[in-house]
Amino acid sequence: MNNLTPYLIVSAILFAIGFAVIVTKKNLILMLMGVELMLNAVNINFVAFSKFDKIPEKGQIFALFIMLVAASEVAVGLAIILKIKKYYENINPEKLTELKN
Amino acid sequence: MEIVLRELQNGNVAFGIFCLIAIIGALYVLFSKNVLYASYGLLVSFLGVAGIFVFAGGEFVSAAQIMIYIGGILILLIFGIMLSSNKKMGKGKLNIENMDMVFSLTIAVSLSLLLSFLVLESKFNTRSFKPQQHIKNLGYNLMTDSVLVLEIIGVLLLMALIGATYIAKKDE
Repeated sequence: MNNLTPYLIVSAILFAIGFAVIVTKKNLILMLMGVELMLNAVNINFVAFSKFDKIPEKGQIFALFIMLVAASEVAVGLAIILKIKKYYENINPEKLTELKN
Repeated sequence: MEIVLRELQNGNVAFGIFCLIAIIGALYVLFSKNVLYASYGLLVSFLGVAGIFVFAGGEFVSAAQIMIYIGGILILLIFGIMLSSNKKMGKGKLNIENMDMVFSLTIAVSLSLLLSFLVLESKFNTRSFKPQQHIKNLGYNLMTDSVLVLEIIGVLLLMALIGATYIAKKDE
């Protein structure tokens, strides 16, 4: 593909789907999955722009670092989710209303 | 017939197939009724995105995508699903409750249409440069220009792993 537009459109669609997953689902793990989808869309953008860059490595290094940060984010997020599950007996964000009022 | 052959040789058909794989996997995450099957949809989507990376000239990023996302993050997510499912629900413990589906779908469709419109309206200067030794240059760049970021990422990963085990440990 020697054209930038298809990459950007695919990444826009993936970003929107990830956003819809975050907003819709009442399950903390699925919300993490939505975050992963959105980060993937951003990564596609970085790599696609770096293809037409004079130094194509810069964007790819950025994408690699995004992946590593996503990995650590998921590790900490899952630990917190397991704690929430043990304490509140469910992981539905609608029912975690201890700080309400 | 010639058009089809030319498109096949350009790789446009394979690129379209990878795009379809990525988008269909993501849509399966959105519409699935079961958490575990949703994670399988996420796996399919990650594989499609890895294929798209290859077409964008990022072979190493594609391999890293498969190793980090599918080998690491997805396994972690499946472990999380296993450990956090609600046993009291019985057979329906992996079911997903949705809320405001119509509203969020409207927002998602309008967001993707808006982004696609902006992309199609803007002009990008896409001269192609001659192909270089990507992976070799990537390694040099990683070890010279961005070595500080690399070290900081290493420390961040260490902190995240220690913090995750500390948070998730059983408290007496």
